[in-house]
Amino acid sequence: MPRYVLRRLSQAVLVMLLVVIGSFFLVKMAPGDLVDVLAGNSDMTADQMASLRVRYGLDQPVLVQLFIYMSRLVMLDFGYSPLNAAPVLDVIMGRWPVTAILVVSSVVISMTVGTVLGVISARNAGNPIDLSISILMLVLYATPSFVIAICFILFFSVFLGAMPIAGFATVGTQATGFAYAWDVVKHLAMPVAALCTFYVAIYGRIGRASMLEVLKLDYVRTARAKGLPERRVIYVHALRNALLPLVTMAGLQVSALVGGAVLIETIFGLPGMGRTAFDAVFERDTNLLLGVLFISSLSVVVVNFVIDLLYMALDPRVELA
Amino acid sequence: MTVGSQSLIVRLLRHPSGLVGLLLIALAVGMALGAGFFFPAGPWTMAGPPRLWPGQNAAFLLGTDSLGRDLAAGLFHGSRVSLAVGASAAVVSILIGTVVGSLSGYYGGWLDDVLMRLTDAMQTIPSFLSAIAIVGIVGPSLPTIIFAIAIVSWPMIARLVRAEFLRLRTYDFVQSCRIIGMSDMRIIFTQILPNCLAPIIVASSVLVATAIIVEASLSFLGLGDPNAMSWGTILGNGRAALRTAWYMTAIPATALVLTVLALNLVGDALNDVLNPRLKERS
Repeated sequence: MPRYVLRRLSQAVLVMLLVVIGSFFLVKMAPGDLVDVLAGNSDMTADQMASLRVRYGLDQPVLVQLFIYMSRLVMLDFGYSPLNAAPVLDVIMGRWPVTAILVVSSVVISMTVGTVLGVISARNAGNPIDLSISILMLVLYATPSFVIAICFILFFSVFLGAMPIAGFATVGTQATGFAYAWDVVKHLAMPVAALCTFYVAIYGRIGRASMLEVLKLDYVRTARAKGLPERRVIYVHALRNALLPLVTMAGLQVSALVGGAVLIETIFGLPGMGRTAFDAVFERDTNLLLGVLFISSLSVVVVNFVIDLLYMALDPRVELA
Repeated sequence: MTVGSQSLIVRLLRHPSGLVGLLLIALAVGMALGAGFFFPAGPWTMAGPPRLWPGQNAAFLLGTDSLGRDLAAGLFHGSRVSLAVGASAAVVSILIGTVVGSLSGYYGGWLDDVLMRLTDAMQTIPSFLSAIAIVGIVGPSLPTIIFAIAIVSWPMIARLVRAEFLRLRTYDFVQSCRIIGMSDMRIIFTQILPNCLAPIIVASSVLVATAIIVEASLSFLGLGDPNAMSWGTILGNGRAALRTAWYMTAIPATALVLTVLALNLVGDALNDVLNPRLKERS
């Protein structure tokens, strides 16, 4: 096992290195640099701009700049964000939890709901229950998250007036403890649900196919033959094997959800990483953009690493591969 | 592939979801082709009074937006942009993905390692985040948007093609080609690649659907080409008037969802038609 883990770890480091180099060169394609952005907000002379460039190392050749950038990254120094007038790391640390809450609850909810729907569908294969679940999946699969978000706002906030339309919590709320938590849950219900729907459909479809596959295997027949109740056969014996493709999916989903959070956080006015990335692009705050790209990629790499370990726990044969 | 293009279409039409999907796609393509004929004034013209609800005025069947632009004209002309961006982005990403995947799968070794780590890295950066970064940095125009979508979506095709190559390169016919001294490039492109067409074709319909959604999302956020009105642009404009005039959002959203739904249906049907063995299993 340690050997497999080590190989995965070295691959993860290599991938992060490529992400850092790639995002650095992408940002370098932008017209203008950090000093231009700073100068845009104040009246600086050409001399002052030149001395600032020297101070930030922007007068160096690109490869030297890349080296400086990478050696700073090792010390978790992401530079300064002119947009927020604060170090990038501080900005990201403030925004990161919002996106983490969104993504983690979306993964958990969509996986649970999707799997349950997929299993129900597989057990009723061919009859009207299966058909209606399959049609629902097809529609959810085709509807982009931002369209779902708008539908939710229209129905729950505008027509019913039941849900808060934007924000992480009621502005200026004095509530603490349980009341505050409930306030946050009410604010996040629609964003999380909008992020979920597409993945409910994916898990549902994969879950159904995978369950149908597993139900035909000999060991399931054995479990039935020895007189186990159907519920136990399905949820204990079959589900464990049927879960494997779903766990693989979860790794890909985390990356996509962080991207999807850009739209959802913008629509619902949530102060998260996605919203930060969007603002950074619009305001040409390159340090902040690089920081967001790095931290979100790092989160994806870490989650995928954990999922690989989880996969090994579910299916010990994996480490041979 | 033994299935000719003629009979492929016929078999798709006999498949229920293939039929529905193809009809809807034909409708969208018809809208795109007929846009200039039905609405020669283009989508930007302020044609009538603002905020007309659908059906309020017979001249504007789908109503008008906050600036008095005809929503039907926007819908027709928008289908041009949405479909064109979706199709071209899919073509570009299939080209990149096929080249990377076939080289990786055919040669293996260090080349495979390098290309696969590159693919991993591309899949690690959240794809919509990099699409926004590319479009924001290079500047919003249709070529940039197509390029950005292609750059974030080729890894899926690369993995697919690589898996097929890994399977096929051990087959006898490939060994025979090697023995008669055929060049690597000829084996890759004329012998192995035609055998991977089925999965690529199935994936391509999903790829077009995803590309249309990404383009709509970018335009919705205001990162679309300012000179091209797509369904996403109309959606983004309508959002400001959501409380009072939800039809401005609902109309382009319906067109978007139906088109994506149609592409997914065709993808499912293609999968059944091209991989008959899979159907038996489920």
